Amino acid sequence: MNGLRKDLTTAAAAIVFFTLLLGLAYPLLSTGIAQLAFPGAADGSRVEENGRVVGSRLVGQDFRGLPRYFQSRPSATEYSGDVTYFHNLGPNSRELAEFFAEQLAAYLKRERPYDPGLAAAAVPVDAVTTSASGVDPQISLANARIQAHRVAAVRGLPVATVLDLVGAHAEGRFLSLFGEPGVNVLELNLALDREPGR
Amino acid sequence: MAQGWAQILVFLAVLTALVPLVGGYVARIFRGERVFLSPVVEPLERCAYRVLGVRPEQGQDWRAYARSIVVFSLLSWLALYLILRTQSIQPLNPEGFGSGPWNLSFNTASSFVTNTNWQYYGGETTLSYFTQMAGLTVQNFVSAAVGIAALAAVIRGFAARSGAQLGNFWSDLVRINLYLLAPLSLLAALVLASQGVIQTLDGSQTFHTLAGGAQTLALGPVASQEAIKQLGTNGGGFFNVNSAFPLENPSGFTNVVELGLMLLIPASLTSTFGRMIGNRRQGWALYAAMMAMFLVAVAVVYAAEQHGSPAQHHAGVLTRAFDGSSGGNMEGKEQRFGIAQSSLWTAVTTVTSCGAVNSALDSLTGIGGLVPLASMGTGEVVFGGVGSGLYYMLLFVLLTVFIAGLMVGRTPEFLGKKIEAREVKLVLVGVLVTPLLVLFATAWAVASPDGTASIFNHGPQGFSESLYAYMSQANNNGSAFAGYTGFVQPHAPGNGGAYGYDFANLLGGLTMIVARFLPMIAALAVAGSLAGKRVAPAGAGTFRADSPTFVVLLIGVVVIVAALTFFPALLLGPVVQGLTHHLF
Repeated sequence: MNGLRKDLTTAAAAIVFFTLLLGLAYPLLSTGIAQLAFPGAADGSRVEENGRVVGSRLVGQDFRGLPRYFQSRPSATEYSGDVTYFHNLGPNSRELAEFFAEQLAAYLKRERPYDPGLAAAAVPVDAVTTSASGVDPQISLANARIQAHRVAAVRGLPVATVLDLVGAHAEGRFLSLFGEPGVNVLELNLALDREPGR
Repeated sequence: MAQGWAQILVFLAVLTALVPLVGGYVARIFRGERVFLSPVVEPLERCAYRVLGVRPEQGQDWRAYARSIVVFSLLSWLALYLILRTQSIQPLNPEGFGSGPWNLSFNTASSFVTNTNWQYYGGETTLSYFTQMAGLTVQNFVSAAVGIAALAAVIRGFAARSGAQLGNFWSDLVRINLYLLAPLSLLAALVLASQGVIQTLDGSQTFHTLAGGAQTLALGPVASQEAIKQLGTNGGGFFNVNSAFPLENPSGFTNVVELGLMLLIPASLTSTFGRMIGNRRQGWALYAAMMAMFLVAVAVVYAAEQHGSPAQHHAGVLTRAFDGSSGGNMEGKEQRFGIAQSSLWTAVTTVTSCGAVNSALDSLTGIGGLVPLASMGTGEVVFGGVGSGLYYMLLFVLLTVFIAGLMVGRTPEFLGKKIEAREVKLVLVGVLVTPLLVLFATAWAVASPDGTASIFNHGPQGFSESLYAYMSQANNNGSAFAGYTGFVQPHAPGNGGAYGYDFANLLGGLTMIVARFLPMIAALAVAGSLAGKRVAPAGAGTFRADSPTFVVLLIGVVVIVAALTFFPALLLGPVVQGLTHHLF
């Protein structure tokens, strides 16, 4: 019984000690150092345009209905940055198959007028599937190359110019090895807006 | 696929190189020796002993050690439950979130105290910064340390030449936190923050997007929690979508760092074990058995995900890789991770008991989804949870020794100690509790309307979701087929309209507690009973447990125990979906 009582007081003291050390000191120290050393990154990598914050370079945005911009991947969350959840439909879900078919048709309808040879069998998979986060900041290089035709036509730019911008904003693998290459949609669209039109 | 395999194999090679380094460091911590951090940490360590009122050199037998663990965990549970239930009156709550309902708080407290980190709640829509820091981050550290401490005690029992002492729990708890988890977490948090994982106390920010709409970003002290969430094989994300969210895992680089943090301690502990029993080859033998099973898991999930899903094939979606596109099943995956890093993560997070995700597991292909279920079904012995993975594996080692002994008609021995009836009975309790809980809870959940209320998908996937929920909670993993619902999330600031399901929260919470502590106590009891046994010198007839033959036998026992237990259940869910193109 004595041992149990001793354990209870020791445990209570341990919880107070660890809460102060690991629950307050550790996160506050991390915050202090991160804010001093990496202020931009620790605050959400915000992007400014003309002195106004227009988003985070790491968080994808909704560009639907604006053909002058590259379009982000489909989102199950309406591109929410503060209420996140997955699409969660299973691999054999009829609802998911119908969703894919709709996305594929919409993609072809949007891009084919500017890229006449485009077939369903050439649409990259990231263009018709929802991302995990709902705010995937990137699209695949293949997806960007197809969309470049539309963006160039709508903006009156040469396709080559837009493709150059795509290339300039392509993000490779870490150490050329880890991860998958992609193009940051927000940064690419910001660069397009800075490009003088004809 | 070749590029993807290069990513996977280089990662594993680097990990293997780190195993002896970290394993040696942990052995010094377990032995109470000085390490390079001692000049900085020792004053804090002495202060901790004064506050706790303990003498670190005072040994405990297995009963005292287990009692200290249970008492500490019980009080931790109460403290966390209290924080969750009184959130609304606490500081650091910029979004003004209300307190959690009792059923959800019961599940969440059980989840974090047992190192499971199963989440029915969504972090960014329900929890304040104070709760995330003082409640959850603390349990991320100490529940991991409890698992590692239990392993330290178990190893001491295996290695002891005489006596019944397994070390001092309080001293182990302090040393593991101060010398291992805290310094590594601080370092990792800063590396992550430098790459764009947020670390701030500011409230959410709303701005006008380039397209003219509005977007609100949830913020918070994420990096500090992310570091220990991975390192302690906890897995509870700051955000609801966990490490898929770009502000929690922004790049290929952070993904590799977070993967490494998950495996680092569980893999290295095999080396710690080898050193402490004075046979490093034995440590490598266990590492080899784990790595072999892990490689099979990665290979299967990667191939399945690269193949794509029936839903994609029905819709005429191209799933082949070509220049500029990864191909495969990208539904619920992030472009920056692609198929390879998502598949590797899925295998790592379920062979370890981490449970963090960087993709949506509910949308894995049928066979892809089989891998996390089967990985957890081994009882989390393939690396497993920090500490818990190896003490659970040691129970399987004794079981293998016992079976091998029966086959050749000799008294089974491990490390020169006879394995007798008492140890074998305790091993069986430890090994069978978890699978029985999984099957019992899943059967109840799919047979009762209270349980099926949580299901999201139709057809076999609905069954898979239920099986996954209880497999994950019973094995203290915490990953999910996330369609399975135990709490209706609030979609606006505040907790308006949110409510939890009694059945899912209570059954899940109880499952986590029983499956965490019963096997742990069984392993400690085995160690206590081995501690006092005489060591017989190895002879010509000794069956060596550090040989390739033993590694193969051990894998066989793990696979047979897991396969025979779960094979029928796995057939009903993921295998059916993997074999058919039918839509449901």
